[in-house]
Amino acid sequence: MAESENIVAETAEKIFADLADAQTINNDKKGAWQAPLWQALSEAGLPLAWVPEDCGGSGASLAEGFSVLSAAGRFAIAVPLAETMLAGWLLAQAKISSPEGEMTVVPASPKDRITLNADGSLSGRARGVPFAKAAKHIAVLANGAGGLSIALVEAGKCRIEAGLNLGGDNSDTVTLDKVPPVAIKPAPKGFDQTTLMLMGGVARSLQIAGALESMLEISVRYSNERVAFEKKISKFQAVQHNLARLAGESAAALAAATSAADAIANSTSFNDEVFLEAASAKIRCSEAAEKGGGIAHQVHGAIGFTIEHILHRYSLRALAWRDDFGSESYWAVELGQMVADRGADELWPLVASR
Amino acid sequence: MTAALRFDPIRLPPECEKLRKEVRAFLADEIAAGTFDPHKPNREDTDVPEFSRKVGERGWLGMTWPKKYGGHERSFLERYVVTEEMRVANAPTRRFFVADRQSGPVLLKYAPEHIKMDILPRICRGEVCFAIGMSEPNSGSDLFAAKTRATKTDGGYLINGTKIWTSSAHIADYMIAIFRTSPSTKENRRHGLTQFLVKMKQPGIEVNPIGQITGQYEFNEVVFTDHFVAEDHVLGEIDGAWKQATSELAYERSGPERFLETYYVLTELVRAVGKNPDTRSAEGIGRLVAQLHTMRRMSVSVAGMLQAGKEPVVEASIVKDIGTVWEQQLPHRVRDLAAFVDADATNHETLENQLSFAIKTAPKLTIQGGTTEVLRGIIARGLGLR
Repeated sequence: MAESENIVAETAEKIFADLADAQTINNDKKGAWQAPLWQALSEAGLPLAWVPEDCGGSGASLAEGFSVLSAAGRFAIAVPLAETMLAGWLLAQAKISSPEGEMTVVPASPKDRITLNADGSLSGRARGVPFAKAAKHIAVLANGAGGLSIALVEAGKCRIEAGLNLGGDNSDTVTLDKVPPVAIKPAPKGFDQTTLMLMGGVARSLQIAGALESMLEISVRYSNERVAFEKKISKFQAVQHNLARLAGESAAALAAATSAADAIANSTSFNDEVFLEAASAKIRCSEAAEKGGGIAHQVHGAIGFTIEHILHRYSLRALAWRDDFGSESYWAVELGQMVADRGADELWPLVASR
Repeated sequence: MTAALRFDPIRLPPECEKLRKEVRAFLADEIAAGTFDPHKPNREDTDVPEFSRKVGERGWLGMTWPKKYGGHERSFLERYVVTEEMRVANAPTRRFFVADRQSGPVLLKYAPEHIKMDILPRICRGEVCFAIGMSEPNSGSDLFAAKTRATKTDGGYLINGTKIWTSSAHIADYMIAIFRTSPSTKENRRHGLTQFLVKMKQPGIEVNPIGQITGQYEFNEVVFTDHFVAEDHVLGEIDGAWKQATSELAYERSGPERFLETYYVLTELVRAVGKNPDTRSAEGIGRLVAQLHTMRRMSVSVAGMLQAGKEPVVEASIVKDIGTVWEQQLPHRVRDLAAFVDADATNHETLENQLSFAIKTAPKLTIQGGTTEVLRGIIARGLGLR
């Protein structure tokens, strides 16, 4: 398992290194890097990594896919890779085949609802949908009279109002007004919107953790280059301690996100233990994005505040990713309620369950 | 490139879960029998020899050590489970904890065979208590400034000087301490200190209790006046303690005791809040639980990597840094939330008493066993900054 995980992740990493170098992208104001990157990712089967072969995908394991997302975070990748992976995964839950090309998922927030109408069409509004503008298809989770359904719709049939997240990537409002789905099937038993939000949240957690790894690396490097008061700033204890704290935030995010991914990859259901893992990951990684990103900027000083410098590619995306699939405060309330409902003496057994 | 930090997502093996059930059942029995009260971390009876002996009988001391020394050759992950269950239950572990975690492994590595055969089985039976003699009145974080002398004499050494902040010295049977056997050199200021095994309760040792702000008397001043230590009680290389002091720190730094010290206030808050918390309480509890869970997963991960023979030194320091900062903040965050709890809740008084004790305990957590400042220096070195 670990070996093949590495091969898939290494493939992704190599593509990112070749075609998504942060400095190159930052200098390219026209976005000419996007098409070749997407093409290479598609040729490697990565966007449909979580789709079984009989549904048109490459049939990688959950663990392999998660490791791709970690790498995507380390490169602060700004194409709908995570979104297409999630969409393919959602469709595969109902054995719906994935089409080629960019996809995203709806809803992308715990509060939004899409309705399956009596005539078989879909209606509703979803806000903050990542990369809806770039998507050719959208995977939809919808509530109908008979329960939840999973559907595939053409993005062109939806009204999409463009918006931008903190990182400057599309985060759009998608309105479905009696949209006829390309395919629709009942969601499997036990699958609900929380399941989708937790899965999306863990994807974002891995991306945030990856971005923090890179922020730590470039901050350490910068501190070893920049000279002030006649010595490298890395020699100042105040700077060292700031970087040690950044390492702590990066470590906490990494541990929380990879632990949650491992829990999902090795569990047959989204039970309380997986809920604890996934919700905690989103909460802790989001907190780390704020604290760790803040330190990375402090270490860089004014240069890190410029559009020319690459730091913002990581710091602002990490902050933006906090908002997708439920913010940290949303999940904190949910987790707190679950803990309260289980009762004080069931807290430790839950925490010590793995 | 910075050496990447690793936190492998370790899953505890099935034998750990079986063991966990045994430990919980044992602790429940002891609580029922009145050996200790899990809701009273501030009790006076932190040293309970009878409890210590029973833990030894169960085979939960020296768990990872060779059987020939009374150990049980079990994994670090199994020891981890025992440690965290004891900590969460507020069990009285004072008598054996240091010996089991730290002193035993030092003896295993550096003591002569006859001493190992003598002492290690007694640690495993829960019969002996250890203290660690590091700090001195003018040498705390700066360990290598230690001045207490060990002067060569016939058949051994004479010790003169003072150790301070020595936890459990008043009940300890032994101390593992560093003493100065030579002056430091210009090239190496860490040179000249040697690690010794000291028998407490012998002539030439005076233990003076020091009161703490919690009202407890856990640490002491230990004054040595021509105290004799036999030659075979030298542990490791003469003048070379600095080489030995760092290698086992990963075990010491990353255990569950590094983030669970004030955990009890969180349980009690959840109890006081009840089944239907308001949004503020739910969010506050959720954030604290997310931190707790993350800390534990990091700590388990380090234990697993140690078990696999890796040396996650920087990772272990990070666990202690953010773990102790968190357990220090925890009582204050619980206090914030407790302000909105119904004052007539049945456990309100318990929570208030616990908070009072935890808030007074909090300042020491980022000082004992290596200050936050020292840890961050170690992490910075690991990052390639020093």
